[in-house]
Amino acid sequence: MKYTKKDWLLGGLTGLALVVILLLLGVLLGQIIWHGAPVVSVEFLTERPGADMISGGIWPAIYGTVFMTLLMTLAGVPIGIATAVFLSEYASPRSRLAKLVRIAVNNLAGVPSIVFGLFGLGFFIIFVGGGIDSLLYDDTTPVWGRPSILWASLTLAVLTLPVVIVTTEEALRTVPREIRDASLALGATRFQTVYKIVLPNAKGGILTGVILAVSRGAGEVAPIIFCGAANFLPYLPTDLRDMFMHLGYHVYALATQSPNVDAARPTLFGTVLVLLVLTFSLNLLAVVIRARARAALRI
Amino acid sequence: MLEGPEGAKAVEAGRRVTFGPRRSRSKLLSSFRTPLWHRVAEKTIAVLALTAIAAIALIFVFIAREAVPMFWESDFAEEVELPDLFFAKQWQGYDEPVYVWQPVGEPAKYNVIPLFVGSLKVTLLAMLLSVPLGIGCAIFTAMYAPRRFREIVKPIIELLAGIPSVVLGFFALMVIASWAQATFGFHFRLNAVVAAIGLALTIVPVIFTISEDALQAVPRTLTEAALALGARKYQVALRVVLPAAIPGIAAGVVLGFGRAIGETMIVLMASGNAAIMEIFDFTTSVRTITATIAAELGEVAQGDPHWRILFLLGVMLFVVTFVLNLVGDVIIQRLHQRLTASS
Repeated sequence: MKYTKKDWLLGGLTGLALVVILLLLGVLLGQIIWHGAPVVSVEFLTERPGADMISGGIWPAIYGTVFMTLLMTLAGVPIGIATAVFLSEYASPRSRLAKLVRIAVNNLAGVPSIVFGLFGLGFFIIFVGGGIDSLLYDDTTPVWGRPSILWASLTLAVLTLPVVIVTTEEALRTVPREIRDASLALGATRFQTVYKIVLPNAKGGILTGVILAVSRGAGEVAPIIFCGAANFLPYLPTDLRDMFMHLGYHVYALATQSPNVDAARPTLFGTVLVLLVLTFSLNLLAVVIRARARAALRI
Repeated sequence: MLEGPEGAKAVEAGRRVTFGPRRSRSKLLSSFRTPLWHRVAEKTIAVLALTAIAAIALIFVFIAREAVPMFWESDFAEEVELPDLFFAKQWQGYDEPVYVWQPVGEPAKYNVIPLFVGSLKVTLLAMLLSVPLGIGCAIFTAMYAPRRFREIVKPIIELLAGIPSVVLGFFALMVIASWAQATFGFHFRLNAVVAAIGLALTIVPVIFTISEDALQAVPRTLTEAALALGARKYQVALRVVLPAAIPGIAAGVVLGFGRAIGETMIVLMASGNAAIMEIFDFTTSVRTITATIAAELGEVAQGDPHWRILFLLGVMLFVVTFVLNLVGDVIIQRLHQRLTASS
């Protein structure tokens, strides 16, 4: 097709928008890699921070982030998969309950992350934690009713729930209907069909959802500000009721509360690079697994 | 696949006989005895599926629970008069009634209007930047880019959506702020413009993804008909595809707005955080609702009037984003129905 002048104008203007975005993304990645890469070393990754938070490494923050993410996955993923199975395999699409669950999932995905922080504080720490304390202990020092890695993980599990549900449901939908029918026709119960046929066939897609949720959860900072992240904690959390250091929170605290931001610059860029590599590699893994799962189903 | 009314009928019939809703089959299956643990597992699944509904309800209830005692607590009434939260007041030492958020002042002043102005200012500025950029990218990818190119660009923009907001906040604070001050000569290094540029980076992927989906969903028959009538490509884009996809693009904008107003880390790090009541000057520093909650809640004693007001801000934020999300979803669903019904 022949393009006219106006075509070039529209194509050029919209193309320019794309160039601006790609350029910004390029500058962002370039700056972080350029300034961050020289800082990252084995010592930086494995040592504890010095008392000024600038010298030394960021090992407790890496450990805290991974530990928290694992707890979050353990708590959130089973619920997410169960919800997706219910929506796709059990509920009729026209049922009121399924519609209500779907609206709730969509809205949960849109709740601001800071509101999740308030929720974690008001529900998990004050209500649940405080409730346990008042049942078990007589004195007033809080044991459960204070910020900890457990409550932070549970808060993030609620936050990432929609990611797991939506991707898992999508994965379940790609399993051909004929396979289910064949299983039912052979006399398998509905649950056997789901458990032995549908879920194994959707494995790749479900894994994608889990990884995307992990990547999202690992990068969120706002919800954990009051729910358990610690400014400076040179030891590792060993108990669910301990507070913990977190890569994203470390970046926030160093960048905004450090008395000498210029001295903190290299450490900051290094920490951001580690966080970015962590989330990007997870996202990339998700993309690869999804592509493979789709290819496998097409054959 | 079959096309036309016969195809539709075949699909409809197929749906009915093969894998229909549960009711039709449960009658059939009830004559078999399913093992007890299957039934237990199925019940468990049904209960767990209610978690999302419960979560939404619990979020609202437990944030409101920390806020509403302000209406009857005597401690609160002693320190704050409720109308002062929203209306201007002439404090001692001021010449006229003012809107001030100054929780550490003596007396503490809790007027939320400057925070609302701050949030709206940053959000609108971010929308001004990201709506043209997001829609522009979507039109280019959907209409002009070769297929190969599109398959590369989409994941790259999705990659942008996967960057944690604290990283974008850091980028705005360290890189964009210095660049913007050197280029535009801002008086304040951190201001509404810097925060808005950072915010735009999170909203563009939202608007792009939803708009691009909407543009792609416009039936090919429409574009082909227009091209067959001799329309130019830009005419097809602007007069056929864009109008048909407008509801989807609107949904993207609404959802992007909801995301922007609730975003915390970027504005917390890059907006300067001074609660100044200044509506039209975009180069002053601003303090948003989200940043106020994030920055101040850690320093406040539980049950304090300040604590209650911060939770009240949380309730308002929740309600606003809830409504925006509902509106966005309804628009997307209507569009989906219209496009699938017309093709």
